[in-house]
Amino acid sequence: MSGESKKAPYKVLIGPNHPALKEPVMFSFEMEGEVVRDVDFAPGQTHRGIEWMGMRRNPVQIVHLTDRICGICGVVHSLSFAMAVEDIAEIEVPERADYIRAILHELERIQSHLLWAGVAAHELGFDSLLHLTWRVREEAMDVIENLTGNRVNYGIVQVGGVRRDIVPEQHGIIERCLARYEGLLGTLLSFFLDDKTIRMRCRDVGVLSRDDALALCTVGPTARASGVNVDLRQDYPYAAYGDLDVRAILPDQHLGETHGDVYDRIVVRLLEVGESCRIIRECLSEMPAGPFTAEEKPAKILAICKKATGEGIGRVEAPRGECLHYVRMEGKDSPASWKVKASSYSNLMSWLPMLRGAQIADIPIIVASIDPCLSCTDRVAVIRDGKREILTKEDLHRLSVARTRRLQS
Amino acid sequence: MTERLLSAEELLERFTSRFGSGISHAAIRKRVQGKKKAAHYTIWIDLDRELLRPAIQALMEIQFPHLSVIAGADLGDAIRLLYIFSTQFGHEKSEHMVTFAVTLPKSDLSVPTISDLVPGAVFSEREKQEFFGIRVVGIPDGRRLFLPEDFPEGVYPWRKDGCGIPEGMVKELWRSKKPADRPAPPAGDPEARSPAGAEGEVQK
Repeated sequence: MSGESKKAPYKVLIGPNHPALKEPVMFSFEMEGEVVRDVDFAPGQTHRGIEWMGMRRNPVQIVHLTDRICGICGVVHSLSFAMAVEDIAEIEVPERADYIRAILHELERIQSHLLWAGVAAHELGFDSLLHLTWRVREEAMDVIENLTGNRVNYGIVQVGGVRRDIVPEQHGIIERCLARYEGLLGTLLSFFLDDKTIRMRCRDVGVLSRDDALALCTVGPTARASGVNVDLRQDYPYAAYGDLDVRAILPDQHLGETHGDVYDRIVVRLLEVGESCRIIRECLSEMPAGPFTAEEKPAKILAICKKATGEGIGRVEAPRGECLHYVRMEGKDSPASWKVKASSYSNLMSWLPMLRGAQIADIPIIVASIDPCLSCTDRVAVIRDGKREILTKEDLHRLSVARTRRLQS
Repeated sequence: MTERLLSAEELLERFTSRFGSGISHAAIRKRVQGKKKAAHYTIWIDLDRELLRPAIQALMEIQFPHLSVIAGADLGDAIRLLYIFSTQFGHEKSEHMVTFAVTLPKSDLSVPTISDLVPGAVFSEREKQEFFGIRVVGIPDGRRLFLPEDFPEGVYPWRKDGCGIPEGMVKELWRSKKPADRPAPPAGDPEARSPAGAEGEVQK
């Protein structure tokens, strides 16, 4: 708290790292009593310059860099980037690859939504529910590991297709996981939605109106919970979604009304887990035979990409909403320009109307309710005697070594 | 708001008929995927800087559009900005992407703000100011967004001319070696144990 003003509104700073925030972001609140009068935030505590790095690498390398943009979104960024490059180089992806991409995309959605449900439960103080959701999330992680070889940073998508097939022996493993989730979903829904306390903490808390959601370019479950009918799998089909009957999940379909609050965001995400199970099952039964990549040899993919000239956009419905990659190629090794638009990029602005007028104790669950993803920190800001300095990893390491020395002497 | 859903050709026609010679290039790109070859369309429109706001207003007549992001590229003597929109969402397989591109010569890197039309755009406009060194005229909040507070003025990371990231700012992690000035590890540290002793240990 700053000591500048002794009169309300008081300025309260939360972040850039704070136990109540899962991600590093700097908030400054103007408080009057327990109520938030105004709010401002500063992202960029984690900016790693990945686009800058990408503009100095070739597309085959960048696909693996995109895997590392987000810790738990291993498919959406690599898929968007691959689709943008395929768009420029006019590479036709085999149908089987479209289906494998969709299956992994949905498995990722399941594990991401369950991870979020656990975080939400924890923010509300229901740690037993956190442990339940995170334990059952492991099954999706195990299937992802079985299909790709990794729990995170899957390395499964490549320009022109995917790097591994899904063989018949793996169908049973996926099916077992889906059946488990479908059996469990009713229990999870009743734990979250029928609980009196969760309802009291989340109903009409952190409200985002439909108009604000549109005006602030909000995407994904955050927009859908405010009644905006938007889902790229329905509106702008890609991969196998054009073959499947996918509908956006909106709160009024199930509750008869839309509040645009934290509760509605829980409803949308949990119901999407069930929808993802249905999509995966349909993909498995409809999956066509054939190759799973347009070109197996990375050197040949690279040769095709090097000749490509033009601009392309890849766009997918990530667990948190629209993820978009813009790529410009000028017939060289590396792209002339690359812009990554992650889903949370579009959702952060929606914090402002949600937090204005909120109670201080509701800040953590409201901040968490858009499922913000700002990834791991790379530097630390220290404010000493009113002077601010940014410490890099090397600086921190040096300080740590100095402390060890002091303890030894 | 129009009642009927427009095809990509009809949508493009709305702009070409209204803005005529102000549009220097226009194209529709179709992409099909999956077994049923469902198509989606991206409409690319290059237009004059003065027409950017009127074009966005024309797009808003159809439906309040979704602005994904403002992307950009340094073309050498100019900066190309792309305003990536989509419209007609909420209906099965009928959404189209509409990208308005404007070219700003390096002698005059200014572009009007669109944040009065699309309030969420200010986020992306702030990012373009700090990463490309353009000037968004009328921006309601011109502060930096992602770059740290002590980042030098006049350095714009995505520029490919003298204003880009200088050599000295690039940290080559692969060049870094184990620091030579580390204190000796205390006794009992696994690194200091003799190889014979380490063999019997269970590695964690």
